[in-house]
Amino acid sequence: MWKRDEAVKPTGPASPATPATPTQQTTQASAPAQPEPRRHQMMERDIVNIGKSVVIKGELNGSEDLTIEGHVEGKIELRDHVLTIGPNGKIKAQVFAKAVIVLGEVNGNVTATEKVDIRDGGSVDGDIISPRVAIAEGAHFRGSVDMQRKGGQPSQGKGDSAQVQQRSSGSTVGSQPIAAH
Amino acid sequence: MVYHSSLSLSDLFSSRKRKDETADAGAAGPVYPTKALAKFLSSLNARSQRLLLDLGPVVGTNVTFFGEELGCKIHVEDLFKDLERHVTEDKLDAFPSFLARRFAQEDGTVDGILCWDIFDYLDKASAQALARELVRILRPDAVLFALFNVVEAATKAPPGYTRYVVADRQNLQYRSYHSARGKQRPLSPRDIQRLFEPLRITEQFLLKNNLREVLFRKPSAETTTDEGKPAGHRAAD
Repeated sequence: MWKRDEAVKPTGPASPATPATPTQQTTQASAPAQPEPRRHQMMERDIVNIGKSVVIKGELNGSEDLTIEGHVEGKIELRDHVLTIGPNGKIKAQVFAKAVIVLGEVNGNVTATEKVDIRDGGSVDGDIISPRVAIAEGAHFRGSVDMQRKGGQPSQGKGDSAQVQQRSSGSTVGSQPIAAH
Repeated sequence: MVYHSSLSLSDLFSSRKRKDETADAGAAGPVYPTKALAKFLSSLNARSQRLLLDLGPVVGTNVTFFGEELGCKIHVEDLFKDLERHVTEDKLDAFPSFLARRFAQEDGTVDGILCWDIFDYLDKASAQALARELVRILRPDAVLFALFNVVEAATKAPPGYTRYVVADRQNLQYRSYHSARGKQRPLSPRDIQRLFEPLRITEQFLLKNNLREVLFRKPSAETTTDEGKPAGHRAAD
């Protein structure tokens, strides 16, 4: 009675970017008149989900978005797709993907061509290489982050002139809180 | 009783046990101005292939900020967590030797170090061991940013570390969190200078919240003969 359908369960409270979502929407939009059981079957087919009890040792390659709730050791490659490590997922592997969303545990280096997103409760022990990295409050991270810029000069400080002006006036800025973040 | 149909009991327990106690719990905190941070960023911006070392706890906002501002590689080495572990395990005597072998970086490979206020919590031996290591791993002409308390911490105040969250180039948000160790006796400016020799103090600002922001620079190879001499105090005090 407590067992729910793992294929369609949301991976976390704040997971709007769950890879399955766009696929679900596409499926629903293209077949609005599908009877409920058939639509459900299609969704199950489109969402690839490695369940909690699954243990994989070796190399995992794919050409579709993937959610892992089980254990994977070795190497994961989803070069053009989104990899989601669910809250129950435990990964001990080198990860290569377009985007990686971490709600579970990752032990190993993570390389993403678009984004790495460590959500609240997620944990990464390893080095991250990605142009965009988001680490939520409540996430654990240990390692280095390499955010290679896609060309162009480093951004110049917007506030540099203000800083110089303040110093030249010879006064320190107040110790009172100026705003709540 | 509220029951969420998409969550099982195992989901709840598994996510609870993984919660990192030292993870950034969010919350608000006062925002104070910083004057040295912009100088630190400017120094780093002039370099390519930069490597930044952050000795504070992991703050996602900071990682994003420094990554986007500098496009550099960031190593996060949470020394506060290490210190806390040594305090709670009553192994503080071993902390200096731990620090002496803490950093795996090669000599002269780091372009910038964010110390925050870690030195306020260290005893003399630990501070010396850490400073020695930081000087070792800094590249010539590289910069180090640190904060130092200038007044004795109130004895009644509960001990706590501060998570410094970069709001922007001119402001830091201070978020306190519980610690087993309080701030130690403040270091005098001369002590600070001696501690980091042969680094040179290029900027220092005494803020009204009783913190001294100091920006150090490692002399380039040509100027190492002029060791330890502060290059012009630009203190705001």
